[in-house]
Amino acid sequence: MNEILENVVLADSVNRYLVAAPKIAARRKAGQFVIVRIDEFGERIPLTIADADPEQGTITLVVQAVGKSTAQMATLKPGDRLLDVVGPLGAPTHIERVGTVAVVAGGIGIAPAHPVAQAFKQAGNTVIAILGARSKNLLIMEDEMRRAADEVIVCTDDGSYGCPGLVTHVLNDLIDTRGKPDQVFAVGPVPMMKYVSLLTREYGIPTMVSLNPIMMDGTGMCGGCRVTIGGHTKFACVEGPDFDGHLVDFDELMQRQAFYKEQERVAYERYVQRCRSQEHIAQANQSL
Amino acid sequence: MDQELDRNEIERLYNLKAKERMQIERQPMPEQEPDVRRANFSEVPFGYFPMAAIVEANRCIQCKKPTCVIGCPVGVNIPGFVRRIAEGDFEGAIHVIKETNMLPAICGRVCPQEQQCEEACVLAKKGQAVAIGRLERFAADWEREHGLADVPPIGADTGKSVGVVGSGPAGLTVAIDLRRAGHAVTIYEALHLPGGVLMYGIPEFRLPKAIVNAEVDVVQQMGVDIEYNTIIGQIETVDELLDRHDAVFLGTGAGLPWFMDLPGENLCGVYSANEYLTRCNLMRAYDFPNYDTPIAASERIAVVGGGNVAMDVARTAVRLGAEEVYLIYRRSEAEMPARLEEIHHAKQEGVILKLLHNPVRYIGDEQGRVCQVECVRMELGEPDASGRRRPVVVEGSEHTIDVDTVVVAIGNGPNPLVPRTTDNLEVDPKRGTVVTNLNTMRTSKRGVFAGGDIAVGAATVILAMGHGRQAARSINHFLATGVWDIDELPEAFRENGAG
Ligand SMILES: Cc1cc2nc3c(=O)[nH]c(=O)nc-3n(C[C@H](O)[C@H](O)[C@H](O)COP(=O)(O)OP(=O)(O)OC[C@H]3O[C@@H](n4cnc5c(N)ncnc54)[C@H](O)[C@@H]3O)c2cc1C
Ligand SMILES: Cc1cc2nc3c(=O)[nH]c(=O)nc-3n(C[C@H](O)[C@H](O)[C@H](O)COP(=O)(O)OP(=O)(O)OC[C@H]3O[C@@H](n4cnc5c(N)ncnc54)[C@H](O)[C@@H]3O)c2cc1C
Ligand code: SF4
Ligand code: SF4
Ligand code: FES
Repeated sequence: MNEILENVVLADSVNRYLVAAPKIAARRKAGQFVIVRIDEFGERIPLTIADADPEQGTITLVVQAVGKSTAQMATLKPGDRLLDVVGPLGAPTHIERVGTVAVVAGGIGIAPAHPVAQAFKQAGNTVIAILGARSKNLLIMEDEMRRAADEVIVCTDDGSYGCPGLVTHVLNDLIDTRGKPDQVFAVGPVPMMKYVSLLTREYGIPTMVSLNPIMMDGTGMCGGCRVTIGGHTKFACVEGPDFDGHLVDFDELMQRQAFYKEQERVAYERYVQRCRSQEHIAQANQSL
Repeated sequence: MDQELDRNEIERLYNLKAKERMQIERQPMPEQEPDVRRANFSEVPFGYFPMAAIVEANRCIQCKKPTCVIGCPVGVNIPGFVRRIAEGDFEGAIHVIKETNMLPAICGRVCPQEQQCEEACVLAKKGQAVAIGRLERFAADWEREHGLADVPPIGADTGKSVGVVGSGPAGLTVAIDLRRAGHAVTIYEALHLPGGVLMYGIPEFRLPKAIVNAEVDVVQQMGVDIEYNTIIGQIETVDELLDRHDAVFLGTGAGLPWFMDLPGENLCGVYSANEYLTRCNLMRAYDFPNYDTPIAASERIAVVGGGNVAMDVARTAVRLGAEEVYLIYRRSEAEMPARLEEIHHAKQEGVILKLLHNPVRYIGDEQGRVCQVECVRMELGEPDASGRRRPVVVEGSEHTIDVDTVVVAIGNGPNPLVPRTTDNLEVDPKRGTVVTNLNTMRTSKRGVFAGGDIAVGAATVILAMGHGRQAARSINHFLATGVWDIDELPEAFRENGAG
């Protein structure tokens, strides 16, 4: 269990992992996630289940290296094991037949958007996926999304691929030219989800967002993942991670995500230094 | 470290008259100096040396009708084990304790003795109860340190199997007793380590994790299978467990942290006690960055609450290096629910008690980090339902305290995950507990038993353990007879142990 079967680089600092986790693979639904601990010293990091194969007993994780744990994960090779994988966590995304659904995903958010797009499609909706990336080399899973959705529109901040601009522009154009989708599902960086929600509120389009506050246990025991939804506190790991985008206090979420910035920097720098010195030792040993 | 036992002295003490015994002073337990322990996470008390234990044990006058036993929730044969310590027969002592208490090294440390066995001791009236908890701890430590802790014998295979949800004291105890009766047992634990609150909540300086691990080792040596990272209600439901097991025991505890719904409670730097303690204990944030999990590097921290949990948080904050640790409690010190020993320890370590204070809101800086707590002062009015005088707000007493961290430690409710995902399981709508018959430990759902905090709300380790034992007897009865609809266990199944 928990063995890494594949670790493939998808884009700059984004890797896709195939992990043996048969029970989770059989159980998970779109929108759910796992919590992973890499080793004895590791922290518990939440990662969305981007895909699963119940027959093979595998789950797919798509992870962007943004700090110590995710950078360390990128160094793992097939055959290595994650110490702990717990899940499926969170409530599944609420999937209903509503008509047309716009699935808006930014950056690494495309990975969690993928099973959601699949599920909406399977429920009989027309799915339009709007994928955004900072630039072409950061865009992931375009092919998978093309298979999952009826239509895919890609945009990049720097215009290096697809239409230039932000996903909010594309969504706005879509609404203007082709009318309102019946529902929007947005996942990605918090500012992106915030602006998508502001836009869809203007048009009165029901909008779900998938929130990613800092989590620890993922069982509703610590309250570290609390978010404010319509003035009420919710524990995102059990009551979410999906919430009504028009009710989320995004600014609070952004602040809470940044709380450990200083410690995260220390941990990352220390990790990089250690890797370097290990390389040094390895090189020295080789030259002996 | 084993001191030579002075046989002559043991003999002399043994022959003392009751009156003389009652003149022996309660033996202090040596402990780390406050200045030293402020900077480490090691256990505060060192425990008795053997001769001190023997002297202390000789203070017991071996009452014919020992009231102390009535004060103990599981009815440990206190005069029996204390007498053996007095005789220098430590192995005999631990055997007597283990007839009723499976986790004496833990209970000896964390039981609120002054409200239980020691409060009921006849000598307590003079303020000098026999130090029952310390003696219990001594006997258990002696056994472990001498490598004598044996694995209880396992009964002949019954062909039945039981699923236990949660590996806290309730789950561990039920597992031991069910294995003794020969049933196959699997424990399903949500976290990556066993022990429940013993592991993630109660800090190392009060309950070394090596002791919890030693208990879990015994459970595993008995052939109990523990599946970690398995959250029932998410990966599987209780109904699915019932397909595979002949009975299920719910020991999921009270892990849902309460907040006060105050403005600013979601600011950065405002923690629940569970999060603060779990980061530190389970995830070892005190050893960051050797361990990856971070925790706030606080200088001025306010802990809200007055129970054991609040004390644990405050004393943890001291050890994490906070310069000022305030404990904000709305009543006076006399009403604090925490154990006296913990309050005493906390004060020694420099925790500042802000009694008759209550927070009304938290104020943040431009980054959304808490920087002040606004409090009101309180006065004690008429007694309330709990018999304690009700605190009332002093009008116009608002004032602020500068802090960079706040930990809310006002209590926990039962974790709703299992109740929410299990059909036909009756739940107390007000308290969130699983409705449980405390004689048979049956729930409303056939084949499902419960005990510990999930059944009664946040309580104590010894109560959870007692529930575990009682549930094992009841499960034995159910598995043997298939009879579900009873309100009381038949006589034959009320015995301790295998039943
Ligand atoms: C429900 C959920 C699903 C997620 N799914 C994915 C995914 O599929 N792919 C992916 O690449 N990332 C995902 N994340 C984010 C991922 O968990 C963080 O990037 C990761 O924990 C960062 O750890 P680090 O040590 O590498 O970086 P750090 O340097 O520790 O942190 C970098 C940033 O990541 C965030 N972060 C740090 N620790 C945690 C934590 N324990 N929980 C949540 N966020 C944290 C913080 O905002 C922080 O500023 C998800 C987060 C949540 C809550
Ligand atoms: C900080 C703190 C200090 C305390 N100090 C004392 C003290 O000094 N003395 C004392 O007597 N009592 C003390 N208590 C109370 C005592 O610890 C509890 O009453 C006792 O641990 C309850 O035992 P339990 O077995 O019912 O549950 P817990 O110890 O809470 O264990 C429950 C276990 O179930 C697991 N679980 C929960 N949900 C699921 C699920 N869905 N699937 C699988 N596993 C699940 C949890 O992860 C946990 O491991 C303290 C409590 C706290 C929080
Ligand atoms: S189990 Fe607790 S209450 Fe009972 S005798 Fe031991 S310390 Fe006292
Ligand atoms: S009540 Fe006190 S003195 Fe009497 S038997 Fe119990 S411990 Fe001993
Ligand atoms: S992560 Fe701890 S309650 Fe959600």
